[in-house]
Amino acid sequence: MNFLQSHWILTILIALPLVGALLAYLSGEKNARMTALVVGIAEFALAVLLYVGFDPAAKCGTSVVARNLYGGSQGMTQQQVPMSNCADVAWFADWGIHYRIGMDGISLFMVVLTALLLPLMVLGSWTYIRDRQRGFYASLLALTSGVVGVFVSLDMFLFYVFWEMMLIPMYFMIGIWGGKERIYAAVKFFLYTAVGSLLMLVAILYMYWKLYTETGTLSFGYYDFLTVMFTPAQASVLFLAFALAFAIKVPVFPFHTWLPHAHVQAPTAGSVILAGVLLKMGTYGFIRFALPFFPDVAHSSKVVPAAMILGLMGIIYAALVAAVQPNAKKLVAYTSVAHLGFVILGIFALNLQGMQGALLVMISHGLSTPMLFFMLGMLYERRHSYEIADFGGLAASMPMFSSLLVFAAMASVGLPGTAGFVSEFLILLGTFRSEPFYALIAGTGVIFAAYYMLPMVQRMLFNREPSPENAHVPDLSARELVILLPLAALIILLGVYPKPVLERMEPAARATIEAANQSRIRIEPAYTPVAQHSESAD
Amino acid sequence: MLPSLFDSLGRPRVLDLALQTHYFWALLPEIVLSLGAMAVLLVDVFQKENRSEPSRPVIAWLSLVVLGLAAVANTALYGVTEASGRGLVAVDAFRMATNFIYLLAAALTLLLSIGYLDRRGINRGEFHVLVLFSTLGMMLMGGAQDLMMIFIGLEVMSVAIYVLVGFDRLDPRSSEGSLKYFLLGAFSSAFFLYGIALVWGSLGTTQIQQMLGSANSAGRVGPMLLAGMALVMIGFAFKVAAMPFHLWTPDAYDGAPTPITSLMSTGVKAAAFAAFIRVFMVGFGPTAEYEWRSALILMGGITMFGANLIALTQGSVKRMLAYSSIAHAGYLLVALAANNPRGVGAFLFYLLVYTLMTAGAFGLVIANSREDGQERLTLEDWSGFASQQPALAAMFSIFLLSLAGFPLTAGFLGKLYILRAAVEAGLPSVAAMLVIASLISYFYYLRLVVVMYMRPARDAEEHSGAGLPTATFTAVAIAAVLVVGLFFLGGVRNGPLAAAQRSACSIFDTGPGGRSYAECPVAAPATTQQTAAARP
Repeated sequence: MNFLQSHWILTILIALPLVGALLAYLSGEKNARMTALVVGIAEFALAVLLYVGFDPAAKCGTSVVARNLYGGSQGMTQQQVPMSNCADVAWFADWGIHYRIGMDGISLFMVVLTALLLPLMVLGSWTYIRDRQRGFYASLLALTSGVVGVFVSLDMFLFYVFWEMMLIPMYFMIGIWGGKERIYAAVKFFLYTAVGSLLMLVAILYMYWKLYTETGTLSFGYYDFLTVMFTPAQASVLFLAFALAFAIKVPVFPFHTWLPHAHVQAPTAGSVILAGVLLKMGTYGFIRFALPFFPDVAHSSKVVPAAMILGLMGIIYAALVAAVQPNAKKLVAYTSVAHLGFVILGIFALNLQGMQGALLVMISHGLSTPMLFFMLGMLYERRHSYEIADFGGLAASMPMFSSLLVFAAMASVGLPGTAGFVSEFLILLGTFRSEPFYALIAGTGVIFAAYYMLPMVQRMLFNREPSPENAHVPDLSARELVILLPLAALIILLGVYPKPVLERMEPAARATIEAANQSRIRIEPAYTPVAQHSESAD
Repeated sequence: MLPSLFDSLGRPRVLDLALQTHYFWALLPEIVLSLGAMAVLLVDVFQKENRSEPSRPVIAWLSLVVLGLAAVANTALYGVTEASGRGLVAVDAFRMATNFIYLLAAALTLLLSIGYLDRRGINRGEFHVLVLFSTLGMMLMGGAQDLMMIFIGLEVMSVAIYVLVGFDRLDPRSSEGSLKYFLLGAFSSAFFLYGIALVWGSLGTTQIQQMLGSANSAGRVGPMLLAGMALVMIGFAFKVAAMPFHLWTPDAYDGAPTPITSLMSTGVKAAAFAAFIRVFMVGFGPTAEYEWRSALILMGGITMFGANLIALTQGSVKRMLAYSSIAHAGYLLVALAANNPRGVGAFLFYLLVYTLMTAGAFGLVIANSREDGQERLTLEDWSGFASQQPALAAMFSIFLLSLAGFPLTAGFLGKLYILRAAVEAGLPSVAAMLVIASLISYFYYLRLVVVMYMRPARDAEEHSGAGLPTATFTAVAIAAVLVVGLFFLGGVRNGPLAAAQRSACSIFDTGPGGRSYAECPVAAPATTQQTAAARP
């Protein structure tokens, strides 16, 4: 087995930023950003290798764990699982906690996206972050490590640890290097996320215990959890616990209130990784965990409409709120809520088109929104403002910036030819097949996107006679072009030729849909002492 | 290596506490500790020519050596069992494990007090001796196998602690805390003693292992026994500072010299919990199980939520940590309510972690104090701490995150262990309660992190005086490393998690006639004999 198919490449992808964080911290104020950039480029190069070596049809077979420091010799996968680059090494062997990682088409693109954004974020913070630089780059790298870990964990304990691990660096990034109300935003972000994840922890423990009492297997393994059966009541409660954690992270409509604050206060790199990757952890959670674990609940006639309506509320409500924002960064933050409303819609369409569309939006939004945040950050470095009213006539002074901003806005709206169009089209298609009425309403969301995005672009770039400050704003530097052009290129590439992505994702999306179509409900007899007695007599 | 040393000294592998001489081996750590404490006292008296001058630093180091010797003596309990079932002290792995925790708590207390006592001008040899004697009381209380013995241990411990709380007698807060603690402590002792009387009246014995058999043969649980159990429980609840019996805690914790606050919230609590576990899980066991477990769940719920909510409103960091310590008593009560070996294992592991992180946190409180020993306790006193003292701030953050139960710290693992015990005992709703309560706690632990990292200092020199003596700093740093390291290495084969579970199983009767537990593998009697015979 060569390196590209082994788990080592994933392990290095997780460990490299963590080691990099330490190096960045030790290399001192001056050199921290250089170290971070080198680590970021190395991470991205590895991710490209991962992409090149990826085989969508790969399966992980029965792996026997070698006895290690932690003991244990129990293999993860007795059956063939549709994952590649797997590892299963005992960690807390007595508890059934292993270092289980693996990857499929869904994880692949999330990891690649994260690794792509990492060097760009370092470049984007190059001059933006001026004080306590080593702490900043160390946080950024540690955060990346946690995010990669979330996307490749196949052990629920490991997943939870990574899920929480990325919270602390993000909290510091907002709280230390953020704007005026940074502390409020940081605490709000932290508490919202923690609420959901702790309830998820109880749900995970309950499933762990149920697995143990039913099968005698002591394991936190993802594929072991997939074999647990529930009564309808248990499944509903557990699904809610998982769904709440993920819905807060996404964020789905009524839980979105932390997002605008966090985005506006966070430094550019913070907003970028938040919009680009962190929000996707929520939708990833729905796809990887909530749906396959509780297919019956996810299919039920109560949950599907509820989820879709919440998705639609997100699309329309966020669009309306975005349209009246005086603050450009807040406006872009609300577009995230709208786009992720589409993702929720696509996921709960529960068919292949919807799922693929959702996954594609996760990627395209991960390219276009970071691009917008980068550009707003660049503008902020020049003018120290995010207020739309402070700008106007930038098209004359910053032609390159303006054309790229128009492009990013179009990509965000989902103009044909950009990645956003293909993905939202697929979602609407999938939704139309299952719930035509909702698809009709969601279709208007695309118009709403133009409704809030275009006025912002117009007011910032064209509208007024250039005011004195805006007349002499320097245009983009080479460093800034290096950040923006790759994103723009990828947006166009995915818009006209999404096949390489879609074909790598398809088996994974199909497997998720299949898993979500099986029933995992068991009607248990009512618990009576008599019944128990007869069981033990057998 | 050490156990075989004791073998060669003639220690029997199986003690029979019907024989007086065997008590020498059963009580060896306590004997070493009390002799050592008296030796320290004598050294201090003879060393000082002028009584008003402070003690020499050697006293602190001597006391630490005594604790170390007691720890060595404690290993004499390794692998030893007791045959008669009638002893006044237990001889099992649980006792050995808890003894190590008391000794660790006392050692950390002494390390924190190096320098601190001088700054406050209360460096007297009695301080160290009293810490040693209170540790002796903890060991007697936690290791006792008889209600009367528990009471004696409790009093030995408490009297020493009453004095220690008021040790800075010129400080009115210290005296106030001491008096409050003494009055309420005397009350709780009376409750406890009356409870013992009622239990004795209805069961005819105060020996814990015999109580179970006596209750079984009595059949019905009478009102007198229930009343006795309730009073005993109240006595313990006072000592572990469970709500609503916590009213003395904030004042006593706040007024006491900070190292003593650390000792009270770690060692004292640990001893009271250990005795609690023995009396209720072993002594009463299935007797009125529903009632006492319900009471524990109720008390645990009130404690977790009440303490965390009150801690939110505290302006003083020391008081906040006092309430946080009450909240942790609530978490431990959940482990007790599980009433299974898993819960006891969770208790042991959590106690170890809790001791490290609480002592560490109080160490940081000491670090941020003025030259004259007055502590700087308001939240504002911590602003900008991280930029001026990055190492200390990082350690404090680790302790706070661990207290909050955040992943990558051992506090998370400990909480997970408790949650697992609760879920396995069929109490998933209690587990959910614990989770929600610790969510509340996130808020105040994080607030301190926020202040340290995100607020600017009032002036550039503000925290230049903060710091710890080298020995203390080393101890606190080791504690911080352990708190993180235990998360990654807790599951090592035969590591801390496994050891905690094994020690926990040792107090449960899993042999023939006892209940069987999945987490406690039953050793076949033949194998035990073989290994016993195989050893020289």
